[in-house]
Amino acid sequence: MSPISRRRLGALTALAGLGVVAAGCSTGNPLAPSSAPATGKGSGATVVIGSQQYYSNEIIAELYAQALEASGFTVTRQYQIGQREIYLPELEAGKIDVIPEYSGNLLQYYDKKATATDAAQIATALGQALPKGLRALTAAAASDQDSYTVTKALADQYGLAAIADLTKAPQPVKIAANSEFATRPYGPAGVKTAYGVDLQLVPVEDSGGPLTLRALTDGTVQVADLYTADPSIAKNNLVILSDPKNLILPQNVTPIVSAKVDAKAAAAIEAVNSQLSVADLQQLNARSVDEQAKSADIASAWLKSKGLV
Amino acid sequence: MNFLIEAFAWLADPTHWGGPNGIGVRLGEHLAYSVAGVALACVIAIPAGWWVGHSGRLRGLAVGISGGARALPTLGLVTLLGILFGIGLIGPMVAFVILALPSVLAGAYSGVEAADRQAVDGARASGMTEFQVLTKVEVPLGFPLLVGGIRSAFLQVIATATLAAYVGSGGLGRFLFLGLKTQDYAQMLAASLLVVALALVIDVTFAAIQRLTSPARFR
Repeated sequence: MSPISRRRLGALTALAGLGVVAAGCSTGNPLAPSSAPATGKGSGATVVIGSQQYYSNEIIAELYAQALEASGFTVTRQYQIGQREIYLPELEAGKIDVIPEYSGNLLQYYDKKATATDAAQIATALGQALPKGLRALTAAAASDQDSYTVTKALADQYGLAAIADLTKAPQPVKIAANSEFATRPYGPAGVKTAYGVDLQLVPVEDSGGPLTLRALTDGTVQVADLYTADPSIAKNNLVILSDPKNLILPQNVTPIVSAKVDAKAAAAIEAVNSQLSVADLQQLNARSVDEQAKSADIASAWLKSKGLV
Repeated sequence: MNFLIEAFAWLADPTHWGGPNGIGVRLGEHLAYSVAGVALACVIAIPAGWWVGHSGRLRGLAVGISGGARALPTLGLVTLLGILFGIGLIGPMVAFVILALPSVLAGAYSGVEAADRQAVDGARASGMTEFQVLTKVEVPLGFPLLVGGIRSAFLQVIATATLAAYVGSGGLGRFLFLGLKTQDYAQMLAASLLVVALALVIDVTFAAIQRLTSPARFR
């Protein structure tokens, strides 16, 4: 979407929020079209939902969108906006009202020195770190985070359940991950300190994509850094090793909303979040990856199955 | 300019040169991948090109391959082959060979074709076998064009060998990817400069070879 049209939609939203009936008559904005309705067909106000440029994030955004529509709100969708540097300023400026976020990374975005490590601490810290006017709704159980993942065969053979168990596997243990993994706190150095595991990094630059998966399943590496919401984990019967010391920052799905989201809207979004487990997220993602299904169809099927719409 | 200064500072740091992940090792790997890729392409393309140039058969196919193969996106090819063969060197190596093939093939067949027709006819009239015509007349006369083909293939492969790092192999691409993903742009630029320098050294070397192998009257 071009910057101009987004600005126009932003202006429309502002008008709707002010309760102006005839758009364009009370402002000097020449870009505001006179034909567009200022309020939607729903009984409630218009809510603008954005999403990251990440297919899984768009599906979550669509879940919120349909839940809000079912509660009588009118929803404007602004999906695939890009990365944090782009959409967070829009959110702060009030041009977007809801965006699904990931708790750990978002906290680090606003507070580089954040020390919170578990999901509850992060949620608390995030509440304080968010800029004025924004608030975080209750996070989902689903977390889309980096992981130490092994094949079921390897896990069974050496009794691997936690990251620390990797010391029981034949050495050296190789892990496939992007090259920046070497510099991350949860990388080889962090794992050595926290769990005493020696890791040898095999850099594969597709961010847990098909090449990383292939290296894991064909035994080139013993461990892979996959995102926990990746449907290939369930499909290939992979095992995510537990991380009791929270070396890897949890990334629970957390809706960040503007002041325009009232209690009723917040309740609709939180109802979705309360049902969203990581297995659900994997299944939702799988439908996009395997069937190329549209986010709207994936979302409505899931919401119906959970009795949310 | 700041990035450039930082990149040179990165290169000047002696701690970046040694060790198993140092510039020395990566530069060696990069050169080795490139040489191997081009050498394999030569083994396939030179005999094929000579045969096409000498016999004139399948010329359309050779022209088509040497044109079309250049349009293949190498990163896509590396990914596809990586999924097929697993990570490691096989995928990128096949991709480098495919990348180098067109230039070498074109150099080989066009060199043979460009050999002076009077010289070729004279050789045939004086009783040389077809094999002798090829090896004693056409190939020597076409040699500078062949070297030119290998030269341009080498340049392409050196510039592209950074992709080996995408699937877990070494080479100068390791610094590029690490710099990209950690926003260490000085390191990224330094790695690019190393690739450029390597390409220039190879190109100058081949320019000299090309000159030395040209028939005296063309020098």
